Amino acid sequence: MTPQSNGKTAKSTRLPLEGIRVLDFCVVWAGPFATQLLADLGAEVIKVENIHHWQPMTRGFQARPLKETLPDLPPMLGGYPDSDPGPRPWNRCPGFNNLFRNKKSITLDLRQPKGREILERLVKECDIFYENNVTETMEKLDISYDFLKSIRPDIIMMRVPAYGSVGPYRNYRALGVHLESVIGHSLIRGYRDSDPSTNSAIYMGDYAAGVQGAFTVLAALHYRKRTGKGQLIELAQAENAVNFLSEAVMDYTLNGRVQGTLGNRNMFGSAPCGAFPSKGDNNWISITVSNDAEWQGLCEAMGNPDWCKDERYSDQYARWKNADQLEEELSRWTVKYDKYEAFHLLQSHGIPSGPVMHAGDAHSDPHLKERDFFNRITHTEAGTHDYPGFIFNMSRTPPVVRNAPCRMGEHNEYVYKEILKLSDEEYAQLEAEGHIGMDFDPEIP
Amino acid sequence: MFDQALEGVKVLDLTQYIAGPFCTKLMADYGADVIKVERPDGGDPARHLGPFHQDDAHHEKSGIFLQLNTNKRSVTLNLKVTSGRFILHELVKEADILVENYAPGMMDSWGLGFDALAEINPRLVMTSITNFGQTGPYRDYKASELVLFGMGGEMHSIGMEGREPLKQGGNVAQYEAGAAAATAAMGALWAADRDGEGQHLDISIFETQLGGVDRRHAALMAYAYSGRISVQQAGWLGAAFASGTLPCADGYIEMAGGGHLFPRVIKMLGNPEFLQDPKWLEPGAGADPDLNEEFNEFFIPWLMERTKREVWEEGQKARVLCGPLYSMSDLLDDPQFVGRGFWPKLEHAHTGPVSYPGAPTRMAETPRQMRRPAPELGQHIEEVYGHLGYSRDDLTRLRERGVI
Repeated sequence: MTPQSNGKTAKSTRLPLEGIRVLDFCVVWAGPFATQLLADLGAEVIKVENIHHWQPMTRGFQARPLKETLPDLPPMLGGYPDSDPGPRPWNRCPGFNNLFRNKKSITLDLRQPKGREILERLVKECDIFYENNVTETMEKLDISYDFLKSIRPDIIMMRVPAYGSVGPYRNYRALGVHLESVIGHSLIRGYRDSDPSTNSAIYMGDYAAGVQGAFTVLAALHYRKRTGKGQLIELAQAENAVNFLSEAVMDYTLNGRVQGTLGNRNMFGSAPCGAFPSKGDNNWISITVSNDAEWQGLCEAMGNPDWCKDERYSDQYARWKNADQLEEELSRWTVKYDKYEAFHLLQSHGIPSGPVMHAGDAHSDPHLKERDFFNRITHTEAGTHDYPGFIFNMSRTPPVVRNAPCRMGEHNEYVYKEILKLSDEEYAQLEAEGHIGMDFDPEIP
Repeated sequence: MFDQALEGVKVLDLTQYIAGPFCTKLMADYGADVIKVERPDGGDPARHLGPFHQDDAHHEKSGIFLQLNTNKRSVTLNLKVTSGRFILHELVKEADILVENYAPGMMDSWGLGFDALAEINPRLVMTSITNFGQTGPYRDYKASELVLFGMGGEMHSIGMEGREPLKQGGNVAQYEAGAAAATAAMGALWAADRDGEGQHLDISIFETQLGGVDRRHAALMAYAYSGRISVQQAGWLGAAFASGTLPCADGYIEMAGGGHLFPRVIKMLGNPEFLQDPKWLEPGAGADPDLNEEFNEFFIPWLMERTKREVWEEGQKARVLCGPLYSMSDLLDDPQFVGRGFWPKLEHAHTGPVSYPGAPTRMAETPRQMRRPAPELGQHIEEVYGHLGYSRDDLTRLRERGVI
C-alpha cells in the first residue's frame, strides 16, 4: 500500500512509535480512537476481528443494512458512499471508517481452540494489548493480564471498561452518552428553558477515553524503557471523563453547589455569549464577549447602534445581568449577515466569534485547506474521499497516512505469514477452519 | 527505581487557562517534574476564574486553577524583559518538554521561538497549543470554548430542530485539546530519546475537535461519502422505542433501547404479554407513531413508578444500555465511585482538605500520586532558581526589578 494523502508522503524520518506493536481488541469509538492516535504516531496496530461475530457499532449499525433503510439512519450510520451499502458494508460505514486509518486488520475466531494458540503467538509479538469491552467479555475469552504476561513478560495491557473492573457496576453497559449522564454532564448541558429530553446524545467520554488512554500507554512505555517492566492499566471511562468537567465538580466539592445547565453561556460571566441566527436557513454564529474592550469592538462592528449605549449594557456585570435582552438585540443584527461574513467582520474587531460549522462547511473551509487538514485517501472498497486529518502536527516526524482505513481481514496474509511465519499450508488450514476471511457469516444481518 | 511512570521527565510549563495546564497536569500527575512559569503580575489568569472556594475571588482559591495545577511547582518570570528570557534559557537547557499556549507569534516576538530554543537545547520537545494553529488565515483570530466547539465540534447537530444549536458542558473542548497535546508530546519525547532530536508540535484546538471522535469524524465522513449533513435530533438515534432522555420518578434516565436492542428492553419490562407480538421487532417499527403510542402507554407509567437508580439497575440486569442523569451531588455519593476511592482529598493552605476528581487511569505499577496540591503563586522561586545558582540576594534584586 502506498502512502496516500495530499502530498503528505512519508519523510525518511522514522515515526516516533516505529517498532511498537499494538494488539487492538477495541470496539465502538473510545478504544479505536486511542489506537488510532498510537497508529498515527507510528505504532503498528493490529485490529483483531472475528468473521463469525458481529460487534454492534464498531463497523456499522448492522453488518448488512438494506439500501432502502439508509435514509432513516442518521448520516453517520447511514451515509455510505453514494448512499449504497455495497457488497461489504462493514468496510464502508462513515461512522467508523476514519478510525481504521493506519491500522491493520486480521480475523481470528477465539472461540475455537486453534484461535487461542494463534492469540498466544500474536501476544508474543506485541508490546501493547488494548481493549475496551464490558469487563466480563475478556473473562469469557479467558484473557487476563496474568495470561498475557505469562507469554510476554513486559506487555502493557490497557483495559477500558465503562465504570471499572471492580465495584458494583463492573459489568454495566454504556455508550458514551450513558456514562456522561452518570458523571453529571447531561444535566450541565442543554437549553436553560427546556427539560433535558430536548437535547441530543453526545460522546465526549469516548474522546476523553481515547486521548487519555493513548497518553497513559505512552507513559507506560516510557516506564518500561527505563525499567523493563510492563503493567496493567485500567481506564474506567466514567472516572476518566469526570476530569473533563472539573469546574462543576470543584464547585460542588468547594461550595456544595450543584450546577445546572448554562446553555451556551459560560460560568465566567461573558455576555453576550451564545449562538445567534445568521442569514439563511439554520445558520448560526457563536459570539463570546468577556470584557469592555471586546464589547466596544462589537459595538463598532455593528456601527454603534443606539441600543448599545443603553445603561443596561454599560459594563460587563450589567451586560451579564441583562444578557437576555442584550442577546435579543444582537440577534436582530446577526440575522442580517451571512455567518462567514459576520465572522470575518467581528474578528477584524477582535471579537471571539465563529460560524457554527456543519460538515460541509468544514470540508470547504479555507483555513483547513491552507493547513492541509484533510487527507485524500483512496480506499479499495469506498473510493477516493477527503478524510478528517490528524489532531496534532509534528515538525520533524509528521503523521502520515501509511495505509487507508483497514478493511476487515485485509492484512491476514501479512500478519499470519510475515509476523507469525505461518506456512502456506497452515494459512490455508486456518482459512478452511473459518478463522481467516474478509466476509462476515452470511446469516449475520 | 522509579515510583511513577514519568519520574525524571522535566517539563517547562508556560501555559495558562485550561488546555495548556490540563496537558501539563497529566504529565505532573504521572510523575513529571513540571515547573509552571507564571507572569509576576497575577500569575496564570485561571487563578482569577471561578468557581472559588466559598466564592472568595482570591487567586489561591480558584477551583479551576487548583484542579488543573496539582503536582506542579510555580515560579514567576517576566518574559518581556531580557533578564527574564535569560533565566528562561537556563531553564530550557534542563527541560525535556516545553508547553506553551500563548497567541501565535508571541514566543517568537520574545526571542523564544522554537528555532531559538532548539539552539539552546536540540532535544527539546516544544508543544504549542493555540485556537487555530500556528499558520493559516484564522491564525490570529480569537476564540472561546463556545466558538471552538461550534466551529470544530459537531455542535451543529446538537439540540432541537429549529432552535439554536447547543454546546457541550463546561470547557470540555479545551480539556480534550490539552490531553491531545499531552499525547503528542509523549510521542515526540519517545522520538527525542531515540534520535537525540526534539521538534515543534503545533496543536490547533480547532483541529483537535475536527479530528476528534465525538461524532465529528463520523459527520465529516458521512458528508464526504454521501453528501449528507447531520441534523439536530433529540434523543439517541431518532425514532426508536425506549431511546433518548426519558422521565422517571425522580428525574431522568438516558437509554438506547431501540432497533436490535429492543429485545433487551422487553426483558427489562418482564416480558409483558403485549410485547410478544412480532410486530414490535419488525424493521421500522420504532418509527411508527401508533406503535410508539401503544408502547409508551405501558412504558412511561413503568418508568414513573421507579427512581432513576431503580430503572438503571433493572435495565442493566437485562443488558440495556442506560444510565441515570446524575447531578454532581448524586455523583459524589455514588457507591461505585466512592467504593473505588475515586475522590481523593487534598489539603491546601487556602482551602483546607477538599475532594478532587481521581486518577483518569489506574496504572498498576506506577499509580498516579498526589504529591502536592496546586502551588501558590511563585511558591517555588527559591527552590527552582536556587538550583540554577541564584542566591537570595540575587532573587531580591530580580524581584525589585520586576523580573520575578
